[in-house]
Amino acid sequence: MVNGSNRCSQTIIDMERQWYTISVYSENNVGLLNRISGIFLKRHINIESLNVSKSEIEHVSKFTIVIYSTEDWARKIVGQIEKQIEVIKAFYHTDDETIYQESAIFKIASHLLFDERQIQNIIKESNSQIVTVSRDFFVLAKTGRRHEIDEMHDALEPFGIMQFVRSGRIAVTKATMPITNILEEFHNQ
Amino acid sequence: MIMGISSIKVERMNTETLRKEERKTSKTIRISGAEAIIHCLLAEGVDLIYGYPGGAIMPVYDELYKFQDKLTHILTRHEQGATHAAQGYARVSGKVGVAMATSGPGATNLVTGLADAQIDSTPMVCITGQVPRHLLGSDAFQETDIVGISTPVTKWNYQVTNASEIPEILAKAFYIARSGRPGPVLVDITKNAQFDELDFSYEKCTGVRSYKPVPEPDLKSIEAAAELINNAKKPYIVFGQGVILGEAEEQLKALVEKAGIPAAWTILGLSAMDTEHPLNVGMVGMHGNYGPNVLTNECDVLIAIGMRFDDRVTGSLDTYAKQAKVIHFEIDPAEINKNVSADVAVLGDAKRTLELILPLITKNEHKEWRAEFAKKYQIEYDTVIKKDIEPTKEGLTMGEVIEQINKASGHKAVVVTDVGQHQMIACRYAKFKESKSNITSGGLGTMGFALPAAIGAKMGAMDREVVAIIGDGGYQMTIQELGVIFQHNVPVKIVVLNNDHLGMVRQWQELFFESRYASTVMTNPDFVKIAEGYHIKSRRVVERSDLKDAVVEMIASKDPYFLEVRVEKEDNVFPMIPSGASVSDIRLK
Repeated sequence: MVNGSNRCSQTIIDMERQWYTISVYSENNVGLLNRISGIFLKRHINIESLNVSKSEIEHVSKFTIVIYSTEDWARKIVGQIEKQIEVIKAFYHTDDETIYQESAIFKIASHLLFDERQIQNIIKESNSQIVTVSRDFFVLAKTGRRHEIDEMHDALEPFGIMQFVRSGRIAVTKATMPITNILEEFHNQ
Repeated sequence: MIMGISSIKVERMNTETLRKEERKTSKTIRISGAEAIIHCLLAEGVDLIYGYPGGAIMPVYDELYKFQDKLTHILTRHEQGATHAAQGYARVSGKVGVAMATSGPGATNLVTGLADAQIDSTPMVCITGQVPRHLLGSDAFQETDIVGISTPVTKWNYQVTNASEIPEILAKAFYIARSGRPGPVLVDITKNAQFDELDFSYEKCTGVRSYKPVPEPDLKSIEAAAELINNAKKPYIVFGQGVILGEAEEQLKALVEKAGIPAAWTILGLSAMDTEHPLNVGMVGMHGNYGPNVLTNECDVLIAIGMRFDDRVTGSLDTYAKQAKVIHFEIDPAEINKNVSADVAVLGDAKRTLELILPLITKNEHKEWRAEFAKKYQIEYDTVIKKDIEPTKEGLTMGEVIEQINKASGHKAVVVTDVGQHQMIACRYAKFKESKSNITSGGLGTMGFALPAAIGAKMGAMDREVVAIIGDGGYQMTIQELGVIFQHNVPVKIVVLNNDHLGMVRQWQELFFESRYASTVMTNPDFVKIAEGYHIKSRRVVERSDLKDAVVEMIASKDPYFLEVRVEKEDNVFPMIPSGASVSDIRLK
């Protein structure tokens, strides 16, 4: 009975879970990644994807973090991230509210390009680019949604992939992110 | 007349220029990083620090030696003691406490104190030495990644590897520690940065661009809160440490009195309001008072001020104040809707927001509603309180000891408690007239907190009586700090309530683990002899007839004093909300 009711509430939580993209605008300081990742660790939440880069504002970094969670938890995590001294502002968004992509790079043996005609079709159909070709290998780059990259990976796998790597999600939001205004507010305090 | 105005102008200009000069010591001097650290501390008004030397911090200790007439360093007997002493000092004075340690084990020994200060929002700056920059990451002797280790338990931390960074980083550390919701900051300074020279000038930090310490109050939410309060039939205030940290004690009292609202405290809010005030109805939480807990689920508007709905306060959230509209006065936006959803959130500093709401509040008395609290108090008095503070059974109770301390100290003492049964009893029965008088480890529940924290509290308020109340378990976790009390003749009064058990865990074993007392029975040493070994005046009480006299003698003592009271071995603390139960299901026995 106790087990049963636990399972029931677990199912409800599972149903409420979805993908959230958390965007964090911050100062570019040593140790901040540790501080931010610690907040996920504390709540036992796995980071599905992580990307850190510069943002549209000079000297401001942007973390793009993907988690699979409930909205309640995403909100609380964002609150605790925002509380960190060097974080300017953090947001969370659903997939519908963002334009997002990932990048992948495939390293494949060069002879396959000539031996396996099918590979040329995969390159064309997947909208990927050949970055470089050498005597031994060539490199393909693909940008897109995760499932598109997965499909391309599945298509190429039977021929042999020498190396594969995929980046974290990068995303922009459909709504505006008023970071410049926030920074001005800080400045005018 | 005209002359008058222009002379005022000139005077104002002069003071402005002076102020600017005060802010910015534009004179640059060429000094070592270690000496710069001392100048930074002095510029921040620090005259007392706690710490322990070691290899990687020796250049700073060498400067401390030279500056000992301006800056007192207290050598605690363990680095953990340094942090708790700094915490006690900060909690009683409202100033930033400072602790210092060497690298490696010195630094890791600070972690418990940092975590305690983080969860209880205590302003503290810890400075640690670190191996020289060229050895970082090489597993050098006494090297540890203290910045990595302390990240989750600090409000901010930073590693200085270059002497020139010292003034700016220390200014920032003090600003962050004390501003907004206070907290601990750790600055790790490599040994080369201590030895190297820099062109030193100091400017106090007045802001960090990515950090907004105090949210701007929103007048609409204040109006909405006022409307809820004015229309409430059964309003109820629960106040926490935010009132003390924000120095909003007067404003809280004014609100309570004007609106006639019964008010209860969280353990860290205790002493923000006179415990004898007729509208002060007691403590909420697991071992709080009966009325304040049960009536949480009967009020129509719950006004939470500077508190964070800790699980020890709320019990089961599913059944916590579901009938009530909740107003949450809070400085930290991350606390809003974290545990309990607020119908109205009033962000900002408690003093400011309470000042803003006061004129909007209509006078009220809520006599019938207040009578409910009185009725519940009577029930609790008859079943629990009377037996605790005026026992007729043979063994001594912790409650009667607290009651004697109240009488002897006239409700004026600072009471420092450790963690466990004695802590709950002390917080239930200690009487306070003044704010910043109850010092305890609330959020983290750190055994061993009280003895060093009492040392810090006494040094932070030399004119006040400081009584540490400690259990026999927690006492032995930091007992070595008796050495500090002896060496510096710190006139704290130490009361050990000895029941030869880890009493609170034993109580849970009795109630929830069929009295299987796994590792909670203690064979204790002769505590009086230990105190005597440190040349501290001491006395043991085993009989009720001896108690009052001993407590009076202790309070009257001008010197440090140790009092051991042998209390009943297997007493339980009631009322009690069993873990995970509702506040309505509080047990009286």
